[in-house]
Amino acid sequence: MTGHWIILPVVLPAFVAGLMVTAMRNDLLLKRVTGVTSILLLNALALALLWSASTHGPQVYFLGDWPAPFGIVLVLDRLSAMMVLLLAALALAVVLYAIGSGWDAKGAHFHPLLQFLLMGIGGAFLTGDAFNLFVFFEILLIASYGLMIHGGGSARARAGLQYVAFNLIGSSLFLFALALTYSVTGTLNIADLAAKLPDLPQGDAAMLRVTAVLLILVFAIKGALVPLQFWLPGTYANAPGVVAAMFAVMTKVGAYATLRFGAMVFPPDLPATGTLISDLILPAGLVTLVIGAIGVLGASTLPRLVAFGGIASMGTAFIAIGAFTPATTAAALYYILHSTLATAAMFLVADLVIRRRAHARLTETAPPIAQAGLISALYMAAAIAMAGMPPLSGFLGKLLILDAFRAQAPLVWSVILLSSFLMILGFARAGSTLFWKPSAMEAAPDDRAPEGLAFTGTFGLLAGLVALTLLAGPVTGWLGATSESLYAPQGYIAAARLGQGG
Amino acid sequence: MEALVAITIGTLTAVGLYLTLRLRSFPVILGLTMLSYAVNVFLFASGRLVQNQAPIIGSGETYADPLPQALVLTAIVISFGMTAVIMIMAIGGFLESGHDRVNMAASDPADADQDDAEEGWA
Repeated sequence: MTGHWIILPVVLPAFVAGLMVTAMRNDLLLKRVTGVTSILLLNALALALLWSASTHGPQVYFLGDWPAPFGIVLVLDRLSAMMVLLLAALALAVVLYAIGSGWDAKGAHFHPLLQFLLMGIGGAFLTGDAFNLFVFFEILLIASYGLMIHGGGSARARAGLQYVAFNLIGSSLFLFALALTYSVTGTLNIADLAAKLPDLPQGDAAMLRVTAVLLILVFAIKGALVPLQFWLPGTYANAPGVVAAMFAVMTKVGAYATLRFGAMVFPPDLPATGTLISDLILPAGLVTLVIGAIGVLGASTLPRLVAFGGIASMGTAFIAIGAFTPATTAAALYYILHSTLATAAMFLVADLVIRRRAHARLTETAPPIAQAGLISALYMAAAIAMAGMPPLSGFLGKLLILDAFRAQAPLVWSVILLSSFLMILGFARAGSTLFWKPSAMEAAPDDRAPEGLAFTGTFGLLAGLVALTLLAGPVTGWLGATSESLYAPQGYIAAARLGQGG
Repeated sequence: MEALVAITIGTLTAVGLYLTLRLRSFPVILGLTMLSYAVNVFLFASGRLVQNQAPIIGSGETYADPLPQALVLTAIVISFGMTAVIMIMAIGGFLESGHDRVNMAASDPADADQDDAEEGWA
């Protein structure tokens, strides 16, 4: 049995971050070594937890040994284990890139903030309690505020202010939703909610519907679902590139929470809510995808282009999530894995370009950048992944989603295929401005130190995409079983051992 | 008492939302604070309103629900910390750009038009 292992993905980064702030304040090298070591350990832990969740089924950890639903529990199931592994893998690439590119030296606290971010996101994936989810959201947000303005600058500070204000409103909304949940059901434990809601008295159905919509609104803010996506382009485009890459997993926290609540707590066969959530998310996802694709085509700077690509990928993920059937959810999970790695890789490539190019604008050319050949190859690979073209996993992900939506083919297929076409156009146009048109101009002298680790991080993410493509068979099989377990939450509810304690 | 609490929450939320939609950072922060006050009172009400009862089962006929009190305590601490953070960020933004407008105007030379390659992630 896993015992105390379940809480380690939360405790390890928290401990390391505290150690960095207190004992390694002025020693960048020590912070780098500790940070990478901690993230490597996190990867090993995540692998062990994934193995344990796949073989032993859902497991619970009682914080302070208080019995559920009175105390807070962490629940490890296949979905949360998969998301923690995704987080750890992304963090490894990001920290290598940050060290290689020197981004982490531009402010005092990059490494501790990154560790706190890992703690918050990991906790949000693992927690089995809705209020605890709020607390972990706040932890990841406060770390992301610090990372967002890392490196300073006026535009970044003001974009950061908008980001913080938007998220504080989201937090207030979350608290309203949680208070409503508690007043209707008398519990905030996710397993307890899933067990109690089917027997809810008829009179509370209206309140429950309000609760469900409020919760989904909060998760839609996190996941940048239209019409709540306005914070994303400004934030991601103004954040340091390496931080934007790390933020690629933050939108997935919204997707994860939507999936967890939509499939487990408010499933489509719950009489009080029915298909309410699905009816809201599916159209919003379609519009998000279209807006993202148009944004990719019309973006004036490279970071905004990638940010809109991120919005489009969230739209695709939410379309697949919004149907709430086991088949579509398995496709959604595959696409979430793919799009996190692809968006992060694209942000890293964009950062490689921006730091070498004279300006970030796509409306005019600039002298060719140093190492243009290698970087343009990386750009092409990442763009293929983002746009969902063969041979990378984006194509397989979209294929899985299209296949799962045979029933609604005319609408969903045409939106996904058309927006893919727009994104191909957008990425190709940007690529030709960045790499082809300048080839006639004179190159700027290359006085940069080689950034081996930065390229390692970027290649690592692309290697992850290749692995996801090659291992698509076993991965989708595993994801199928995962989404089946999400729609049959008896295992999850039994694992929480409601009212019995440890 | 229900009416009084409901009116209080409604007023605080309305004021908070109005102020949050302002263009300067100081009213926006005030609005966020108002919103967090509103949500704190709302959290209290989620455990049903009872007067003069101990939060202990068996101490009397009825009891006050202790869980919302714990939730409110957590929410207060978090919103307090968040307000401090956004305050610092607003002051930082004001000192760097010389004004406290929240919007990012396209005419503003500070954003979308930075030529410095190192800081030009705009």
